[in-house]
Amino acid sequence: MNWVVRRIINLILTIIISVSVTFFLVRIMPGNPVDTLIQQYMMQGYSYKEALTAVRALISYMPNEPLHIQYFNYWKAILRGDLGRSITLATPVSQILGFAVPWTVFIVSISLLSSFSVGVLLGVYAAYKRGSLFDHSISLFASISRSIPHYIIGVVFVVFLAVQLRLFPAYGAYGRGVTPGFNIQFIGSVLYHAALPVITYVVTTFGGWMLSMKSNTISVLGEYYVVAARARGLPNRRISLTYVGRNAILPLFTRFAISIGYMFGGVVFVETIFSYPGIGSYLSYAIGVRDWTLMTGCFLLITIAVVVSNFVADLLYSRLDPRIRFTAK
Amino acid sequence: MIGAKGLISLRKGISRGLQGWASELKFTFKILKRDRTGLVGLGIIVFFALMAAIGPEVYPLEMMPHPEDRFLPPSLEHPLGTDFAGRDTLAQIIHGSRSVMAVAFLTGLFVVLISIVLGISSGYIGGKFDMLMMRIVDVFLTIPSFPLLVIIAASVNRTLSPVEVALIIAAVEWAGLTRAIRSQVLSIREENYIESARCLGLGAFHIIFNEIFPSLKPYIAMNLCLTIVSAIYSQVGLYFLGVMPYTSVNWGTMLNIALYRQSGLLNRKVWPYLFSPVICVVLVQTGFILFLHTLEEIFNPRLRSEEA
Repeated sequence: MNWVVRRIINLILTIIISVSVTFFLVRIMPGNPVDTLIQQYMMQGYSYKEALTAVRALISYMPNEPLHIQYFNYWKAILRGDLGRSITLATPVSQILGFAVPWTVFIVSISLLSSFSVGVLLGVYAAYKRGSLFDHSISLFASISRSIPHYIIGVVFVVFLAVQLRLFPAYGAYGRGVTPGFNIQFIGSVLYHAALPVITYVVTTFGGWMLSMKSNTISVLGEYYVVAARARGLPNRRISLTYVGRNAILPLFTRFAISIGYMFGGVVFVETIFSYPGIGSYLSYAIGVRDWTLMTGCFLLITIAVVVSNFVADLLYSRLDPRIRFTAK
Repeated sequence: MIGAKGLISLRKGISRGLQGWASELKFTFKILKRDRTGLVGLGIIVFFALMAAIGPEVYPLEMMPHPEDRFLPPSLEHPLGTDFAGRDTLAQIIHGSRSVMAVAFLTGLFVVLISIVLGISSGYIGGKFDMLMMRIVDVFLTIPSFPLLVIIAASVNRTLSPVEVALIIAAVEWAGLTRAIRSQVLSIREENYIESARCLGLGAFHIIFNEIFPSLKPYIAMNLCLTIVSAIYSQVGLYFLGVMPYTSVNWGTMLNIALYRQSGLLNRKVWPYLFSPVICVVLVQTGFILFLHTLEEIFNPRLRSEEA
């Protein structure tokens, strides 16, 4: 099967399955949230019919209709961009997410790029200095830090760096006094507030990039074309950049996809701990108050973000390395 | 040469398998003796496993509030101090370790079992079945697993036993190892000794369990470690976010309470209670990663240190 077609099928299947999962979890499970919600309204003195209309205003839900029609209607609403109204905030979920998405995309993309560059640089350096004390200690640190959860690092950072030492702000996306817009204060404040979440991500994710960059570099260093380049007397800088670096970095791009998913998954913790107004914060708020429409909206949006960025990363990778397109059947 | 290898593995009965295990264990300890980081890792794992297994029997947990003992600093009577209600922190850590470790090992077990069955059958049967399996695996690898886990856990409206928590985490995390085992099987399947086993007319069952499975063992052992690490991440994370009802004491619950209910950010008196679970999570994860390193060295001779 064509490689691109396979990626597109994966993209569509993933979205279909995620939407179906939210549909079935919220409506079908015993003691499901919709029933609970109706009961809550009835306890407030509504009749069953009134409670039903109230719930229907929140999520297009009609319990008397057959399942497949409900499912079909659910899809119709989602395709129109209608994710229902938030149960607790009484605002359309799509509107809330519209505010939250840019912050999350901002944090995740900056973190991904920084941890990638830090990891690659350290990896190349460790490969050149392999066996040294630097190599041993940074490799050990990388493999340990990679396994420590974001929320642990985040908690330690927020307690010491933000609250105790007051080096960084502990919450929000920008300072209270600045007016959003294209001005120096605002941009500076945004970057300052993003610093700790980004550092948290970098500390917990650079290890993966670093370790694989190191092993790739070591194996490329043994290739004959590197020896030949040396023999031709090319400057070291050129060898390490164009001969070694470019070939060693290529396999890393396959891991981009997995990494994006992992980062979006961690957004729930990082944004919650730093009270950053992105999707992750809203998801954890929604969990706390059991706001189902907001919860499923956040989940679907995170999934779509991951799926689409995966797809783009894969396409870019197939541009970079033509072997992928031709060998993968 | 290769045919002979096939014959040898063919004759390997259960008794020889046991002998093999014993010699593998001996070999592991030999490497561990030399590799001190691995020994440290194993030590940490054993320490927490023992804490989870016998700790709760030895060190009783009393959840009755003693308001007069709030936020006591560490002392002989309370080695890690007390929490906001005057309860012993160490007791909560010890009792929490049981659910953390139980869920971690059970998740590892479930993921490994699912992946072995699905991965081997997918790689061995191949064809349409394999294609279908891999499409499903792709989907599960793409959906961000932690948010999915959050949604599933939040929609379960009751308290869950460790087995159930482990099943939910395994249901979200099985795909990676399944795909890895499947591709291992695909490459092993082409080896000559498998072909000679086939020529000898040995059944698929025999080939899968006696010929293919032994070469997968190291791979599975290493991935078991990784799965346990991510199971601890997920599970403590779920309790930290407060997704699941507080049933028993869990390190994640402690983190949540310390940070969001006891203002652990500002109040330094909360620190012993806040940082006890933090340090425990870091230690356990580090232990497994250090041990994983040694496993890699055991199974991959090329990685072994030069002095070997």
